[in-house]
Amino acid sequence: MKVTLNVNGASHWLDLDTRVTLLDALRDHLKLTGTKKGCDHGQCGACTVIAGGRRINSCLSLAALHDGDEITTVEGLSDDELSDLQSAFVAHDGMQCGYCTPGQICSALGMLGELSEGWPSHVSETLDGPVRPTREEIAERMSGNLCRCSCYPGINAAILETAEGS
Amino acid sequence: MRPFDLTRPEELSAACRDTNGENAAFIAGGTNLIDLMKLEVETPGHLTDISRLGLDGIETDAQGLRIGATVTNSDLAADTRVREGWPVLSRALLAGASGQLRNKATTGGNLLQRTRCPYFYDTDTACNKRAPGSGCAALKGEQRNHAILGTSDHCIALHPSDMAVAMRALDASVELCDAEGESRRVGLEKFYRLPGKTPERETHLRPGELITAVHLPKAGGDRQVYRKVRDRASYAFALVSVAAVLRMKGGRIAHAALAFGGLGTQPWRDPEVDALLEGETPSQALFDKAGEVLMRDAVVHEGTAFKVPLGKRVLTAVLKEVTA
Ligand SMILES: Cc1cc2nc3c(=O)[nH]c(=O)nc-3n(C[C@H](O)[C@H](O)[C@H](O)COP(=O)(O)OP(=O)(O)OC[C@H]3O[C@@H](n4cnc5c(N)ncnc54)[C@H](O)[C@@H]3O)c2cc1C
Ligand code: SF4
Ligand code: FES
Ligand code: FES
Repeated sequence: MKVTLNVNGASHWLDLDTRVTLLDALRDHLKLTGTKKGCDHGQCGACTVIAGGRRINSCLSLAALHDGDEITTVEGLSDDELSDLQSAFVAHDGMQCGYCTPGQICSALGMLGELSEGWPSHVSETLDGPVRPTREEIAERMSGNLCRCSCYPGINAAILETAEGS
Repeated sequence: MRPFDLTRPEELSAACRDTNGENAAFIAGGTNLIDLMKLEVETPGHLTDISRLGLDGIETDAQGLRIGATVTNSDLAADTRVREGWPVLSRALLAGASGQLRNKATTGGNLLQRTRCPYFYDTDTACNKRAPGSGCAALKGEQRNHAILGTSDHCIALHPSDMAVAMRALDASVELCDAEGESRRVGLEKFYRLPGKTPERETHLRPGELITAVHLPKAGGDRQVYRKVRDRASYAFALVSVAAVLRMKGGRIAHAALAFGGLGTQPWRDPEVDALLEGETPSQALFDKAGEVLMRDAVVHEGTAFKVPLGKRVLTAVLKEVTA
């Protein structure tokens, strides 16, 4: 099936089996291996990318369902210099093995957008805002990203610093 | 995954036509269907992508709210009208899955998500829901995320949705459309089936019928609570959840609508519980009685016995909060 994916600003015309997930299209067909495969079942968040402006699990979607969509992967977040969010992950030791990191960073980026749009979360006191980034809010909003090395304190601090700086 | 064809129609009629065979399925967010297709629990030969049909709007009408079937769980939870008028629905949605999943998961897909019974997922085990007539491995296996209300000797699978629990307390109905263009409305109380001898049939949807929208009438009560108890603080399915929509008048309960997750083979509501509460003054004795009524026909197994006391306690806690 013919599929056009606009990934990190570049258009790609692909002819794919309908079964190819968005994750496998990115990794195996476009060789963008920054996005990781952890569980392949929507449970770990390692495969998080931004599609159509929203963070999603690329393992639970088909490439063909994203025909024409704008996709941002971790490779698209920086040129020569790291983005503020990426630098904060380094500064706060937000990783050990690094396997979950691209997913954490893409998820955090999407999540910060949701925060700035005023979306409430499960731990928000009220539904009518305003929502402030706190450790608790970030932990809840990032609960779809697991870290086997349990670097949660560093990850949380890095995101909090970025949220406060922006 | 088994091979399949995929169409991406832009017209409702084409979508229903494409999906009119036994072996065809609609795909919305894909967060449940793709998961099950990877495991070959579901093996459709044709998928129809319904994300391009323009079913992603939320409109206010004279009766209340009309929510398009492909509105994402995130957009629905964040909608300012829902947050103000139907807060129990926002709360239920926000208590489910993760940020990434809610961005993909849709209103229609959430209603139709399949059970999380581990044996349903494991094609090497007996499961009447997956392979009718093969038996039920859960009855003699590990039980935890299984139902105690509405079960049968053939299946004790739980309906896992949080969203649908809130929608039951809100008297939601679904709007359906078939290949002939016929449209009908079905209240959620009539939408799901009990497992009985045919646990593979979960709803009254006809083959090829598409959910186009969910209708929410104006809420019967301004006091709304969703409480979810689970094995970890976030990103886990409910062991027990309660959605409550209440109105108080002169110290008495004027309207009560309670719905339950984690307990039933479908998003659970029991008219006798609501009737018991209405007209009464809140008290511990009343709440205890409500718990007894709710659990009167509960069928427990070793692994699910904890749900009776837990369910009663969560109900009491919610009733205390919502009547305070
Ligand atoms: C790790 C994980 C954790 C989760 N945790 C929770 C949780 O805590 N609480 C909770 O409630 N849910 C949870 N979920 C489930 C999630 O909410 C569902 O997967 C999601 O709502 C399904 O919606 P979808 O649009 O992706 O459906 P799809 O996967 O696209 O479809 C599901 C089913 O519905 C059918 N369908 C979809 N739309 C229509 C329509 N309009 N008309 C007719 N048929 C249709 C499809 O054919 C398919 O059979 C979790 C999921 C995962 C993977
Ligand atoms: S409880 Fe239902 S879904 Fe689970 S194994 Fe038994 S028949 Fe299958
Ligand atoms: S690989 Fe997608 S969520 Fe784990
Ligand atoms: S850094 Fe190793 S899994 Fe997160």
